[in-house]
Amino acid sequence: MVTLTAPETLETAAPAEAHAVVDLSGAPVRDLNQALHNAADGQSWTVTNPGGKHSLAVGINADATVTIEGHAGYYAAGMHQKGTVTVTGNAGVGLAENIMSGTVHVKGDASQSAAATGHGGLVVIDGNAGARCGISMKGVDIVVGGNIGHMSAFMAQAGRLVVCGDAGDALGDSIYEARIYVKGTVASLGADCIEKPLKAEHLAELAELLAAAGRTDNPADFKRYGSARNLYHFHVDNSTAY
Amino acid sequence: MCGIAALQLRNPSLHPRMGSLLSSMLCQIVDRGPDSAGLAVYNTPGLVSPGTSTLSLLGRDQGMTTADITAGVAALLPFDAAVAVQVVGDTTLVSAAVGTDLLVKAVTETLPAATVIGRGEHVAVMKSVGHPMEIAADHGLEAMAGSQGLSHTRMATESAVTAGGSHPFSVADDLCLVHNGSFSNHATVRRELKREGVVFDSENDTEVGARYVASRLQQGDTLEEALVNLGKVLDGFYTLVVTTADSMAVVRDPIACKPAIIAETDDYVAMASEYRALAALPGIDNARIFEPEPGKVYTWSL
Amino acid sequence: MTITSLPVPAQAPAAAPANIAELGLRESATFDRATIADIQRAAATGVYDIRGWGAKRKVPHFDDLLFLGASMSRYPLEGYREKCDTDVVLGDRYASNPLHLQTPVTIAGMSFGALSANAKEALGRGASEVGTSTTTGDGGMTPEERGQSKHLVYQYLPSRYGMNPDDLRKADAIEIVLGQGAKPGGGGMLLGQKITERVAGMRTLPVGIDQRSASRHPDWTGPDDLEIKIGELREITDWKTPIYVKIGASRPYYDTALAVKSGADVVVLDGMQGGTAATQQVFIENVGIPTLAAIPQAVQALQELGMHHKVQLIVSGGIRTGADVAKAMALGADAVAIGTAALIALGDNDPRYAAEYSALGSAAGFYDDFQDGRDPAGITTQDPELSSRLDPVAAGKRLANYLRVLTMEAQTIARACGKSHLHNLEPEDLVALTIEASAMARVPLAGTSWIPGVQGSF
Repeated sequence: MVTLTAPETLETAAPAEAHAVVDLSGAPVRDLNQALHNAADGQSWTVTNPGGKHSLAVGINADATVTIEGHAGYYAAGMHQKGTVTVTGNAGVGLAENIMSGTVHVKGDASQSAAATGHGGLVVIDGNAGARCGISMKGVDIVVGGNIGHMSAFMAQAGRLVVCGDAGDALGDSIYEARIYVKGTVASLGADCIEKPLKAEHLAELAELLAAAGRTDNPADFKRYGSARNLYHFHVDNSTAY
Repeated sequence: MCGIAALQLRNPSLHPRMGSLLSSMLCQIVDRGPDSAGLAVYNTPGLVSPGTSTLSLLGRDQGMTTADITAGVAALLPFDAAVAVQVVGDTTLVSAAVGTDLLVKAVTETLPAATVIGRGEHVAVMKSVGHPMEIAADHGLEAMAGSQGLSHTRMATESAVTAGGSHPFSVADDLCLVHNGSFSNHATVRRELKREGVVFDSENDTEVGARYVASRLQQGDTLEEALVNLGKVLDGFYTLVVTTADSMAVVRDPIACKPAIIAETDDYVAMASEYRALAALPGIDNARIFEPEPGKVYTWSL
Repeated sequence: MTITSLPVPAQAPAAAPANIAELGLRESATFDRATIADIQRAAATGVYDIRGWGAKRKVPHFDDLLFLGASMSRYPLEGYREKCDTDVVLGDRYASNPLHLQTPVTIAGMSFGALSANAKEALGRGASEVGTSTTTGDGGMTPEERGQSKHLVYQYLPSRYGMNPDDLRKADAIEIVLGQGAKPGGGGMLLGQKITERVAGMRTLPVGIDQRSASRHPDWTGPDDLEIKIGELREITDWKTPIYVKIGASRPYYDTALAVKSGADVVVLDGMQGGTAATQQVFIENVGIPTLAAIPQAVQALQELGMHHKVQLIVSGGIRTGADVAKAMALGADAVAIGTAALIALGDNDPRYAAEYSALGSAAGFYDDFQDGRDPAGITTQDPELSSRLDPVAAGKRLANYLRVLTMEAQTIARACGKSHLHNLEPEDLVALTIEASAMARVPLAGTSWIPGVQGSF
């Protein structure tokens, strides 16, 4: 069982404000996740000594608040559905992969494939994100305070990626309908990704996203990128892009 | 397909802690390669000493007593070669105050079945099959001092689970290479190297990378140039860490799928497959932590 | 649409003159008529040919194996009185809720999108009637499919179209797809004519685009990462749901071993004859190895790891008859999966649509343009009119009938070999008719003890 230093809350109906502390130096991740799957709305959790373990706080489907004090390994908050997960340190590969809704916030850096295939919700990374940030994103909103690595937003289908720093090579390669906003430099754009005009509606949604991420950047400093839609249909003239 | 942890200590006051720091890193990458493991340590007192060459041989049992090995090797070398043989964990170390080529010749003549897994003035290489932490404990890694250390845990892909197939591959003096990923044209590069006279010990794709780097260094490349050239010749997926007597290099292929994280402070450079392997290093909170960019060679020299 | 087969000819394609021999005409074995048509098509369109179905070339197959029925040295079982069980448990290595199927013949992954909703429903109905499983495809899980399928395997693919944790938890098993036999190393495709509003919605894509799926997973590469990924899926499903790993047959010895080391409960091995909804023809015909050659390699890997029958092996790619089922199992499979055969049972390539196949430039028995969405049988289409031709109840019944026949045929053979359970079939029950099949299947050439490359002599 998880080590609970707060009232025992797993099996019985939990009081709305119940708070639990789980120390992963002694308790298995499996028990933590099982407890989170049994969680009730309004509960909150603090996870200590995460030690970069994998699959922390995955598959949460209750409006709970989880704070991971330290560094998380692969797939932290994977397939997140409800509530908020905060990682105070760095997160490994596949942070919040396939997130559906809710919020995941990393105060440090995130490794590659952050928010991969995310369908919804908000992922905030205060530091840098590695390669393939937002790969195949399907509706998630991602706000990165620092830089993102190469091949980010590869085949991005929907959702918005906001980068307050610089973007690596091949940004938005083979992008579909996702929107990318970058404040800094873009090392290179991927196939079928182009710069697009920043209109009032974009400034508005950017302001909203930055505010949601607790950032004060000026939306007017960003550039917008999206699909040229030239690769939407197979065509002999595009053969070098396939 | 594997876990990597590597450490270069810039601050000599940390040298006594090299083994314990590397061990704490290795502990966090065990899951990535439970089949077998290998270690390389540089300038570790008791294992290597300046002015002598040391060969690392696979296995504790070479079919002869250490005294007989010492006598056999000494008989083939100059009288003042000061041959010494010791068993460390599952590794036999043979040292002598002669050049490595001469020592290799004497050792292979004395022990024709021996597999040389490491050679040089500064490095000792240790490998075995089994749980990586048991291998590390068996060799006494925790207590080892040193200037650099490299560890690797292996999940074998297309070659056998053997100690000989474990990384690091050390195929030239003080040169070690570890690899996470798989080369997709290693058979062709192997054939080309063989045509040039390079001899291989295993069917492992990583050995091809190591032999290629060794061959480039021999032709006068710097470590950085050798790895840039490797990127032109070897195809596939790789995160490589290469160490020499006084340098460490990290390179990822241009697609960069296999993980790599680097932490750099004034005191050390550390590289690992996962962040958690770095989390216990001293001063990590103030380290510059980054993921190496694709297709770029990073080198650090002591 | 910019890729298709050759433009439909105004009149039916001209048959070769009856008096070829009299005229002294000689067809090239290298440049045969199909090859000439391929070159002409490429020259006309400038894009590679995309089609459905699996490899059409002839490769060594189960037809090249025969069973050694019992006579004196071994005793057969009586047909109707003595039991020959067919059930199979899949996924009991780590999962607390393994599947328990009544027949080892399962339905392979085929997406809603590639197939019509009616076809998917029919697959679910047919499979559920006989107590076996169906599998989703690259495009998510539909409520119809979940509703009609007693045992539903949810595919986890590189694209993650429609992937969500609710469906994941509803699944009876999760199949992590690394590849398929028709295209090991390639990603999926779905051409614009099939990306209708519903399909596009499920995949979060613009309507009508030509969709290319990724060939690698977005958040892991290689067995070391796969182990961590499997761990995550187990955590999300509380270690209840079996996790399969599906590989396209190319290096099955290594891939099977690595799937086991990564923590799979079940390995699904798809040979090159396995079907696809839309893939480059050059890929279908030239990449991968035959099912027959793949099974012994996978089984060897499982045996060396002490995991044979503990991690179950499901084999697919060209299973058509109960004999094929029995042969796959004798070679070491725990179960098989059918795709193309299931579609045929539903009504694919039915001669009653001969005129319409002809109008599409094809013929009943040859139709493979699954990518076009104009399937007269209403199976590989999203066209409402065409889809409505397939009655899911009647088609499901046909599939159930066919699955029963496969099971009974396999039982017939197993009884003849003296087995009270299909699982007790073994390679020693088989011999090969050709040297090629003998070498690939690692069973002796009939009448000899010779297995080329392994042992024995004439």
